[in-house]
Amino acid sequence: MAFITANWNPLGEAFYRKIELYEMGWSLRDGLKDCLVAAAPYGGPIALLRQPQRPSSSARPQLEIYSSSGTNMASFPWKSGPVRQLGWTVCDDLLCIQEDGTVLIYDLFGAFKRHFSMGNEVVQNQMLEAKVFHSPYGTGVAIVTGASRFTLATNIDDLKLRRLPEVPGLQGAPSCWAVLTQDRQTKVLLANGADLYILDNTSCTPVTPPGLSPQACSIVNMAVSFSYKYLALFTDSGHLWMGSANLKDKLSEVDTKVRTPPKQMVWCRRPKSQQPSVVIMWDRLLLVAGECTDTIQYTLDEESVCVAELDGVRIVGGSRHELLQEVPSACQDIFKIASMAPGALLLEAHKEYDKSSQKADEYLREIKEQSVLGEAVRQCVEAAGYEHEPETQKTLLRAASFGKCFLSNYPPEPFVSMCRDLKVLNAVRDYTVGIPLTHTQYKQMTVQVLIDRLVYRKLYPLAIEICRYLKTPEYQGVSRVLKHWACCAFCQTGVNFLDDMGPIMSGENQTLHSTVRTSYQRSMVTYLKNEMNRGDFFMTLRNQPVALSLYRQFCKHQEQDTLKDLFNQDDDHQELGNFYVKASYKEKKLEARLSLLQSAVDEYNKAKNEFAAKATEEEMKLLRFQRRLDEEKGEALLGLSLQETLHALLTSNFHKQAEQLYRDFRVPDKRYWWLKLTALAEKDDWEEMEKFAKSKKSPIGYLPFVEVCVKQHNKYEAKKYVSKVTPEQKVKAHLAIGDLEGAAEAAIDRRSEGEISTVLSRCSPTTDRALLERLNRARSTASKK
Amino acid sequence: MSAHLSYGRVNLNILREAARKELREFLDKCGGSKAIVWDEYLTGPFGLIAQYSLLKEHEVEKMFTLKGGRLPAADVKNIIFFVRPRLELMDIIAENVISEDKMHSPRDFHMLFVPRRSMLCEQRLKEQGVLGSFINIDEYILDLIPYDGDLLSMESEGAFRECYLESDQTSLYHTAKGLMTLQALYGTIPQIFGKGECARHVANMMLRMKREFAGSQTQILPVFDSLLLLDRNVDLLTPLATQLTYEGLIDEVYGITNGYVKLPPEKFSAQKKQGEAGKDLPTEPKKMQLNSAEELYAEIRDKNFNGVGAALSKKAKIISAAFEERHSAKTVGEIKQFVSQLPHMQAARSSLANHTSIAELIKDITIRRLLILCNRGKWIFSLSLSLSLSDTASEAFFDNLTVEQEFMTGVDTDKVNTYIEDCIAQKDPLIKILRLVCMQSVCNNGLKQKLLDYYKREILQTYGYEHMLTLNNLEKTGLLKPQTSTRNNYPTIRKTLKLWMEDANEQNPNDISYVYSGYAPLSIRLTQVLARPGWRSIEEVLKMLPGPHFEERQQLPAGLHKKRQQGENRTTLVFFLGGVTYAEIAALRFLSQMEDGGTEYIIATTKLINGTSWIKSLMDRPEAQAS
Repeated sequence: MAFITANWNPLGEAFYRKIELYEMGWSLRDGLKDCLVAAAPYGGPIALLRQPQRPSSSARPQLEIYSSSGTNMASFPWKSGPVRQLGWTVCDDLLCIQEDGTVLIYDLFGAFKRHFSMGNEVVQNQMLEAKVFHSPYGTGVAIVTGASRFTLATNIDDLKLRRLPEVPGLQGAPSCWAVLTQDRQTKVLLANGADLYILDNTSCTPVTPPGLSPQACSIVNMAVSFSYKYLALFTDSGHLWMGSANLKDKLSEVDTKVRTPPKQMVWCRRPKSQQPSVVIMWDRLLLVAGECTDTIQYTLDEESVCVAELDGVRIVGGSRHELLQEVPSACQDIFKIASMAPGALLLEAHKEYDKSSQKADEYLREIKEQSVLGEAVRQCVEAAGYEHEPETQKTLLRAASFGKCFLSNYPPEPFVSMCRDLKVLNAVRDYTVGIPLTHTQYKQMTVQVLIDRLVYRKLYPLAIEICRYLKTPEYQGVSRVLKHWACCAFCQTGVNFLDDMGPIMSGENQTLHSTVRTSYQRSMVTYLKNEMNRGDFFMTLRNQPVALSLYRQFCKHQEQDTLKDLFNQDDDHQELGNFYVKASYKEKKLEARLSLLQSAVDEYNKAKNEFAAKATEEEMKLLRFQRRLDEEKGEALLGLSLQETLHALLTSNFHKQAEQLYRDFRVPDKRYWWLKLTALAEKDDWEEMEKFAKSKKSPIGYLPFVEVCVKQHNKYEAKKYVSKVTPEQKVKAHLAIGDLEGAAEAAIDRRSEGEISTVLSRCSPTTDRALLERLNRARSTASKK
Repeated sequence: MSAHLSYGRVNLNILREAARKELREFLDKCGGSKAIVWDEYLTGPFGLIAQYSLLKEHEVEKMFTLKGGRLPAADVKNIIFFVRPRLELMDIIAENVISEDKMHSPRDFHMLFVPRRSMLCEQRLKEQGVLGSFINIDEYILDLIPYDGDLLSMESEGAFRECYLESDQTSLYHTAKGLMTLQALYGTIPQIFGKGECARHVANMMLRMKREFAGSQTQILPVFDSLLLLDRNVDLLTPLATQLTYEGLIDEVYGITNGYVKLPPEKFSAQKKQGEAGKDLPTEPKKMQLNSAEELYAEIRDKNFNGVGAALSKKAKIISAAFEERHSAKTVGEIKQFVSQLPHMQAARSSLANHTSIAELIKDITIRRLLILCNRGKWIFSLSLSLSLSDTASEAFFDNLTVEQEFMTGVDTDKVNTYIEDCIAQKDPLIKILRLVCMQSVCNNGLKQKLLDYYKREILQTYGYEHMLTLNNLEKTGLLKPQTSTRNNYPTIRKTLKLWMEDANEQNPNDISYVYSGYAPLSIRLTQVLARPGWRSIEEVLKMLPGPHFEERQQLPAGLHKKRQQGENRTTLVFFLGGVTYAEIAALRFLSQMEDGGTEYIIATTKLINGTSWIKSLMDRPEAQAS
């Protein structure tokens, strides 16, 4: 804590600090010497292409990809043509631009993705220089050829090559150039000696920066800020000119007193900064220049590369990775020596409080007297965000939390979200992950993008943990990560990917269920649509019961035919049979329906499901019968069940046909009797019913006759059958026709307590007294038994 | 509206409030006036979370039911679709959105998926070219819905079918998620017991989710002492039996959906027609909410129906006595006190009238016992043994019950049952037949192939061959099966677990068997034995029932171990995977109230079911047939 300002260097009103992010994990024999280097912004990956010592044809250069902390992610010998420039896209893909204008795209892990060409002219004239740039439209590539012509591609994902107009008097490469995005247009700014031109689609316009020192004969380097708002020019006289990128305003001009052309020059201006500043690098020197005449100078002891960031410059060297930035004002307020800013006082108060010193109260009083406690808390929270060391963050947050206690309605959100943000940032800054994001960058980049990057680096568990920690809605967070992971696993291992769930989520996979389910289905559908070998696909699926049943569900809703193929592949004849049966009900035409049912019969037979096969055959028989009768007699039987058909036939007096069906379908006697009985009753054909009753001994007894008659409100007919019922059913039969006395007699005869009770329960207050008494008496005797 | 949720041992209102908060947040995301287009299925479950008043407070001005074509006109800024993630619904929505554009009325579209967002659905919307029209697409995770003070339901109709027929375990995932939410609000549940495949899956998922959540431990003193996960297929018998509690019978006869029942209006006309003689007899069914918010209902819902009459009569006496007190009220103070109680008394009286009517309705179809008459505001109670209304209906009910009880006691379960035969011959409702045949199969540990084929053939010939698919489903889930071994386990299970109690006391029960007038639900017996003396005593039986049984412990953060007071009851959450019946709930409530019980139960389930709705969910109706 005491040394927190030790690495601060003043420059005008502001301070600059250089902090170490990582000690690099890589071991490079010669550091970054003789390497093409590309480091992606936002703490992205670093690519190195080491040129062989002796340019012989046999030695191939080695392409290596590292995280910001120097952890190797990929490494392979370069086998294509000579590479002139490396660069990263906005989504962390590596671009390797070859001399002939071919751009090869690799992913973070060195897997080749695709390539494209910058046009025929490049092939002929060779490329001299190339730049990779980012704009709201994506990642672009600009090149200048041996014929001194520029070609531009604004978005490599939507490739449209633009050849820019000729620059008058330009021979070979310009002394320096940069790509600008202005007014939704991508332009090239180039210097040819002392002349400056802007090249757009149609024209080449000479421009003059206002107030550029007249001593300069040539502009030797230029840099555009991260936001494309500012421009810096370095002249051979050692002057650094800073101004707006539209060349309308000059911000400052500094004489660096170094006349050697710099190796690299980048902007180092944080948003809302107090002054514009540029970092310039030479072989052994790093210089920060701002508005004032002074500069800050650092000695470089190794070959390094500067990476422009939104709020500073990262300096990547062979052994170290550092961040150079302007100290944010909140940190200045708090840590500047002898600062009396509210935040500084609060921090002091908390320190004293920790020491159990009464001075804590004095400090607090001072803050409260000025009513700036809210401001003090805000400063501490904000400053915590800018600090890289977790210990410093904690100290500041504790002070903020301490201060919050004395405020009645201070909103908790900023504090809580800062704590969350820092936890996430510290996690991704860890050298094992190696994404040294600052809070400002993180906010600019958004959590979603960070999650995407983690996913892209296959850091699924961390991504999930972060989503859960931030309570990101599941579909945006965890589900999305899992989807990516599933798709990735899917792409790599094909359909077998459920096997590979292990490393990430060992054991069972149901937790992932719904997520994997959707992505799985989607991937699979795409897979199928890409005409993969379906047979293989199904075969693999067979060993995955969960996946298989999910896939079946999906097909059931989406792709009936696939479902059939799936059953076919599995030799699941039972399900195939069911499939055809289902299909048959959707079919309007009888012939088609019958043929589907025939297929079902065949499948059921193969499945050795005799019952189903037979039942389906019966169904076909019934359908044919119905059709025939419909045609011959104009009935509308088709689609009725056998029972309904019989009923319809019996009520329409087609007794012969009914008899035939009864025999053909081996309808049990009992049911047939019931059927005929109800049909006759419904027709009020009492005569026929009587005949029927007498035709032979009823297999269902005679109680149904009584009941059916009663149901048709014909008690008279019902009575005819009461005498024929079995003794057990006598009581019921009498009750059915409402003959209480008869029922009573029967019940008393049978001396059954239950039956007597039943009769009693039917008695009403108007029932004959004597009968009631008899029943009660009989019941008590029966119960005594 | 929700006070009854907080009366119980566990304040379930916390869960409801959490759900409401989330809903409010979503509604506020869509600023300005809104109209909600409902997937009709969701209105029921949502009703348990939020009434219209809440929606109105957040500027919901109109509500429509989702259907094809053009959306009804409404002068609102936002149109919000509340839908389940179903592809067929996406097509309807796409149609809505497309025809909307033609009318040049700039309304913003939003979509809320319940309970989970689905990429497939979004893909579908994209294919239809309307995905871009939606400003907000969100998900509303509604896993466990508080249904009553001691009851949670996921209201997921297809859960049993998906799990046991289609091996689709999505609902189990939702269950596990729901249980995690519950633990976030009520503390980690230290002990998990379970029986059945699905129970095992859910427990595994929970344990794993807990591991993955490691670090974000909830620092809440656990409210639940243990969780019991039960697979419905461990006890296939209980839902098949006709429930004989008051609430159970209402459900069997009229069906309770999302806490509401629709009743035939005739019986309720008497109360309203004071003054105007029955001019306009109501023709709309009477819709009533049934939950413990209603004091009388809470008292009688779990009684055996044969005990309901007496309870109603007792209640009536108390109410009339209370009304009589007005005569004894002499001083102004006394009168004031009486008047202050009037609203409560009047509510009690109308509640009594309602339930008397319902009881009568049910009695007409079931068993004739006590009859209470309501006559012009005066209460006359009489034991009526004489009404012969719809005799046949009640007879059929009684016969049906007799057969069920024969099966459950193991009488002739291996033979063709003539009652079933007769019912088929008379083409009684198919579901009734299926319930009986399945019951016979379950009670006989499968039917002999010949017998099974006979029943199947009878059903196909009578109800149509298309039901072969349904029969196939029943066989797949084990509700119907051919006997494979000669050994029938059911009698052993019945005897060991005392599933049949000869002398069930319906009026003043001393055992859970009262809920089925003799049959003690197997699932509840398992729960009861687990509490005391423990499952170790019934290892043999547990092995006969399908699926593994297990016990898991979840580590509690230090300092959260509950120190139980002497005599303090344990709280157990019983989760029925695949559905639970009201009678089972009644039995658990009975156990909770037992003086020496020692355990109080909170019940959770994927869906409240009865035999009919359950079998229905397993039926396959080819489209052509359904229309």
